[in-house]
Amino acid sequence: MPKKVVSGNYAAAYAAKHARVEVVAAYPITPQTSIIEKIAEFIANGEVENLQYVPVESEHSAMAACIGASATGARAFTATSAQGLALMHEMLHWAAGARLPIVMVDVNRAMAPPWSVWDDQTDSLAQRDTGWMQFYAENNQEVYDGVLMAFKIAEHEKVNLPVMVVESAFILSHTYDVVDMPEQEEIDEFLPPRKPLYTLTDFENPFSVGALGTPADYYEFRYKIAEAMEEAKKVIKEVGREYGERFGRDYSQMIELYRTDDAEIVFMGMGSLMGTVKEAVDMLRSEGYKVGAAKVRWFRPFPKEELYELAKNVEGIAVLDRNFSFGQEGILFNEAKGALYNTDAKPIMKNYIVGLGGRDLTVNDIKAITKNMKEIIEKGKLDREIEWYHLKR
Amino acid sequence: MAESPFKADIERVQKEYSEKMTPGAIVYIPGSSVVNKTGSWRVFMPKFNKDKCVRCFLCYTLCPEPAIYLDEESYPVFDYDYCKGCGICANECPTKAIEMVRESK
Amino acid sequence: MVPLEEVTKMELPADVKKRLTLPFEEHFYAGHTACQGCGAALGLRYVLKAYGGKAIFAIPACCSTIIAGPWPYSALNAPLFHTAFETTGAVISGIEAALKAKGYKVKGEDGIMVVGWAGDGGTADIGLQALSGFLERGHDALYIMYDNEAYMNTGIQRSSSTPYGAWTTNTPGGKKHFLEQKPKKKVIDIVIAHKPAYAATASVAYPEDFMRKLKKAQTIKGPAFIQLFTPCPTGWRSPTDKSIELARLAVQTAYFPLFEYENGKYKINMPSPNKEPKPLEEYLKLQGRFKYMTKEDVEILQEWVLKEWEELKKKAELFG
Repeated sequence: MPKKVVSGNYAAAYAAKHARVEVVAAYPITPQTSIIEKIAEFIANGEVENLQYVPVESEHSAMAACIGASATGARAFTATSAQGLALMHEMLHWAAGARLPIVMVDVNRAMAPPWSVWDDQTDSLAQRDTGWMQFYAENNQEVYDGVLMAFKIAEHEKVNLPVMVVESAFILSHTYDVVDMPEQEEIDEFLPPRKPLYTLTDFENPFSVGALGTPADYYEFRYKIAEAMEEAKKVIKEVGREYGERFGRDYSQMIELYRTDDAEIVFMGMGSLMGTVKEAVDMLRSEGYKVGAAKVRWFRPFPKEELYELAKNVEGIAVLDRNFSFGQEGILFNEAKGALYNTDAKPIMKNYIVGLGGRDLTVNDIKAITKNMKEIIEKGKLDREIEWYHLKR
Repeated sequence: MAESPFKADIERVQKEYSEKMTPGAIVYIPGSSVVNKTGSWRVFMPKFNKDKCVRCFLCYTLCPEPAIYLDEESYPVFDYDYCKGCGICANECPTKAIEMVRESK
Repeated sequence: MVPLEEVTKMELPADVKKRLTLPFEEHFYAGHTACQGCGAALGLRYVLKAYGGKAIFAIPACCSTIIAGPWPYSALNAPLFHTAFETTGAVISGIEAALKAKGYKVKGEDGIMVVGWAGDGGTADIGLQALSGFLERGHDALYIMYDNEAYMNTGIQRSSSTPYGAWTTNTPGGKKHFLEQKPKKKVIDIVIAHKPAYAATASVAYPEDFMRKLKKAQTIKGPAFIQLFTPCPTGWRSPTDKSIELARLAVQTAYFPLFEYENGKYKINMPSPNKEPKPLEEYLKLQGRFKYMTKEDVEILQEWVLKEWEELKKKAELFG
């Protein structure tokens, strides 16, 4: 199978090309620009057929155009970041409500003010209520695999919900790594052409989509979306397993567990920072600490069941959040804690806020956090629930 | 008046939509609005005087519902199930063949 | 009287066929919840007649959302996508791109027509960005702005298309004076600045002219824009039976002249440039929303109408 040395953004662009995307409507924003630049290059070089690129005038219009295209039965793709994602918030709700399987790559970037173009998870997590599924990629390979799987999962007849594939700004989007890309024929077998739930080109039986829902009906429509999200958990596992059988990288676990079997302390987090954590886990293990890493791949739908399986055998979980919900706590921490409340798994859980706005998280930081967690476990209670790690001033 | 190829069946609309919740709030029976008999909105109703009619078809053209169609001799026929009594037909008729009278219920 | 089902199968007599100026097929069903005398419902009926069943509609939040039907009713016999308020221009761009990607024929006699049907609020104000993007990128679709001169669906609030002196709920008249001090925004001029393939104004009182323009929009390649004048008896405080008369008077007084823009050339359809337009007073006195205007205010509005009319006549001469 061919391997390419590409950045995370280029991996996403290649994945969109290999998925035979039909409409791309996108608006430039750092650090997503190289995705759409690469796609435009494919078109200019004649490497793709039947791909319409619409250079829209804002992100809100980008999502609106993708919605129009997806409703017409086409495979639609877009990409954005921070401010752009916030701008298209209204249409994110619309895409999920209209049950359109759009795939979007969000390059995690910090929300302004102050202006920042660097890695931060708050932008995508702030959209967790919209009905979009969310997949967090740890490295460029996962970006590529994520986009391909996202189309298959989104377009599944029991799901029909949009998927966001999230990658880190600059750490993944602009750094180069080896990505294994399967042959086009193999991908075509894995991902056949889309069979839409409805299409606006059906003139024999014209549909009207998204009309007014009175209180008598609206409730049931929203339940249908919730139902689809639950179904999605099964579909994700199925597709992840199939991907592993075909291409050798298994994604059937919604939380990837790394050396957690006999771990006392587990580090839980999402995205590229987990790559650093895995390195640190290896070093700590060689020093005798019993640590492991749990990388949450899918944030929506939230993998409650897998979290429970992990949590019942562990003494302490350090949740690393590269995000914060003001007036509460780190978002992954909040969701994980809540998911375990009604179960009998009660590990000690502490929230470490790290790396907001792209501040580096190093292996030494993980070592320091390990020592802190060890003290807490020995004492049996938390020193504080939320720690803003290494606040300078 | 030529009917569109798909005619909405009122009973089907009422039965199917009470049992089926469609994802995305899809309406798959076009013309299902005919279930709603807006004729009940009327205060005034158009009274048609066939003798004065010259078959100019203005009333048929300008009805917003549309609640006027043409019969076999191409005279206008008023569909009182849906006529809201706005009075545009009476106002525009060049020979004053239509008069709006208060409806007695 | 012939029952409705049998009327479908009737053959029209030849002389009727000659005199009937509009296509006979109906794709707009009664039972919809438009107000009595609604100009917008009539306009939508005409658009559906012009394109038969082969048009895809994108309707943002506006009166037509409700007219097209709450779930589970639909008054249109055509595919319809309800969309967010400001997105009409973007959604029709997306639909057109998808049709092209999938190899369908767009526009033309047997092609699919993509129509965005939006109100003046959703076009002149919040939807202006998307409209501009749509026109500039040159998609093969049609954008129709039906102009009832306010945000009618949310309860008659002013838009930038509301004329000087008109009462609306957030620019009401009162003991001191009225609040609407700004002239009507000329959206058609903004559109023409983008140099689209085709731009025109139309009125529901001139259905044949509107049909002709719809057919033109179907055959000319590139983005088309039509501003349709649709009176609203509820918002204008006018009698329900006068809606068509108002639409006609608006044209005859040159308040809303009908003209076309194609290939850089202006062509005035109505009223005739060689005659004096009717005095504006005839148009204003039928509407309750102008009752707070004094004689001086009416003169200001009359002057504005005549100035815009002179400008249009000069443009037609210069770029005729």
